[in-house]
Amino acid sequence: MARTNLDAWGAGWSQAEAKPADKSRQVSGLFFRVTPESLIELLLKACAAIAILTIVLISIFIFARGIPLIWKIGWADFIFNLKWSPSHGSYGIGAMLAGSLLVTASSLIWSVPLGILTAIFMAEIAPPKIGNMLGRMVELLAGIPSVVFGFFGLIVIVPFIRNYLGGNGMSVLAGAIILGIMILPTIISISRDAIRAVPGEYKEGSLALGATHMQSIRGVILPAARSGIITAVILGMGRAIGETMAVVMVTGNSTMLPSSILSPVRTMTSNIVLEMGYAAGDHQAALFATGAMLFIFIMILNLVVSFSIKAGKNYAD
Amino acid sequence: MLTSSGHDRMIRCFLWFSGLSVAAILFIIVAYIAIKGLSVVSLDFIMEAPRRAGKEGGISTTIVSTIYLTLVSLCLAVPLGVGSAIYLEEYARRSSRFAGLVNLAAETLAGIPSIVFGLFGFVFFVIYLNLGWSIISGSLTMAIMILPTITRTSQEAILSVPIQYRENSLALGASKWQTVRRVVLPSAVPGIITGIILSIGRAVGETAALILTAGSALGMPGGLFDPARTMSVHLYVLAMEGISMERAYGTAFLIIVLIMVINYLANLSLSRMTNPGRRI
Repeated sequence: MARTNLDAWGAGWSQAEAKPADKSRQVSGLFFRVTPESLIELLLKACAAIAILTIVLISIFIFARGIPLIWKIGWADFIFNLKWSPSHGSYGIGAMLAGSLLVTASSLIWSVPLGILTAIFMAEIAPPKIGNMLGRMVELLAGIPSVVFGFFGLIVIVPFIRNYLGGNGMSVLAGAIILGIMILPTIISISRDAIRAVPGEYKEGSLALGATHMQSIRGVILPAARSGIITAVILGMGRAIGETMAVVMVTGNSTMLPSSILSPVRTMTSNIVLEMGYAAGDHQAALFATGAMLFIFIMILNLVVSFSIKAGKNYAD
Repeated sequence: MLTSSGHDRMIRCFLWFSGLSVAAILFIIVAYIAIKGLSVVSLDFIMEAPRRAGKEGGISTTIVSTIYLTLVSLCLAVPLGVGSAIYLEEYARRSSRFAGLVNLAAETLAGIPSIVFGLFGFVFFVIYLNLGWSIISGSLTMAIMILPTITRTSQEAILSVPIQYRENSLALGASKWQTVRRVVLPSAVPGIITGIILSIGRAVGETAALILTAGSALGMPGGLFDPARTMSVHLYVLAMEGISMERAYGTAFLIIVLIMVINYLANLSLSRMTNPGRRI
């Protein structure tokens, strides 16, 4: 409602601008008249343009550093070659790509169901007081820095795996547990909002037809909130793929392809932060190429999200 | 066979269990670090400079570096973010291509992983602009990272200012900018502050991007062009290189306390800006 009002206001203003009330404050330029008001508008527009400029700069600088190397050694070789050995001039990120996907997938396996169930709990079941308290706690969980999660993983999860499951503890599993905890807030809060946004009439209609509360949740509310929940999962996935500090501290960072969930693994992000400090030449370019791959991947996920939001709107209409 | 209501009760129990386990996860993490860290933290730990690469002494220089970096990045990002929010909400027509592009860019920025920001900051600020590993490189990178948060929350705050305020101000003969500056912005301040507080939280926790742009020198930073190590980077180095687990516990505990305070303040300012009839 407020939006349409503002729209009308903005449009009305541009007409009024054609004949400024206060002519004395105008300064005559050579080709056009500059008023303080129009100068301010220009300045504000420049502020807004910074966001666009930044995206352009990030793309240019990261691609310019990374893409030439990918061309030199070939796309397929860069992506699928399992041998990462900078000292021998071999730059294949296959093992790291597999590592990123494996850790992300195994974190989603447990955090998506738990996150969605918690979202249902908060939106439908919990008494308001408990729901609010849990909301605060989820916010706090979202605010804890990734390096603290990594530290917790290093001192609690890794020894636990080492003592009870075998291996040295630094593993895909440790990464999956920590990453899963980290993306829970994203999944919970977006799914909860999607569930709360389902019109009350849907639920009332379902209850009036004799369905129980649980049947209504499963048969009516969840399908209606589907696109929001999918968005939540994709955003969680994006966060997991891009996460660096927590993963680097608990996964052991071996450049070998992992053979089980108890073996160590290195993700693409870990590789960048571990080697950037001393890399030079082609080695550095390969790290930038890895960053470019991440960037492209996240962009694709973002596009999928905006597509799924649009699709959700159509569904709702 | 379960009756329908028995089945319902079972699912209900299961949902309760999910909610409680999320609460338990948070509780375990915070409690564990608090118990281990509390005994390390003292006034000396906060006030003393680290010695022998952090093995001994306190973490005072990293606290100063964190505050320094956060303040500089806020000084850069807040004017830009608020300015861009004013433009988007008060000047641009909603359907305009430019506004659409800016919104898309802000959304994309918000989704980019911090390590990619780190790479960009490294190649652009540290190398291309030749600023070196320094507070200014770190702050510029950080400013880009928090820009979407500040823009978005300021946009929402400006949007929540009732249209009548603007109409009244314009009817009294104020110009558009006068209206924005004297009427819209003051009413939007609580929302803008919420955005700033959230950004501080992000700046305090950021690690990956800062390792690549601000370096990890442990000394007390003197000026904008000195390298610096924030508390989060310090925690990473202490734990990864096994320098001192005890001091790592202390640092982690202080970071969590800081985040809790920031969260509390954000909620406080959020509830202040929620006035009857208009919720954000």
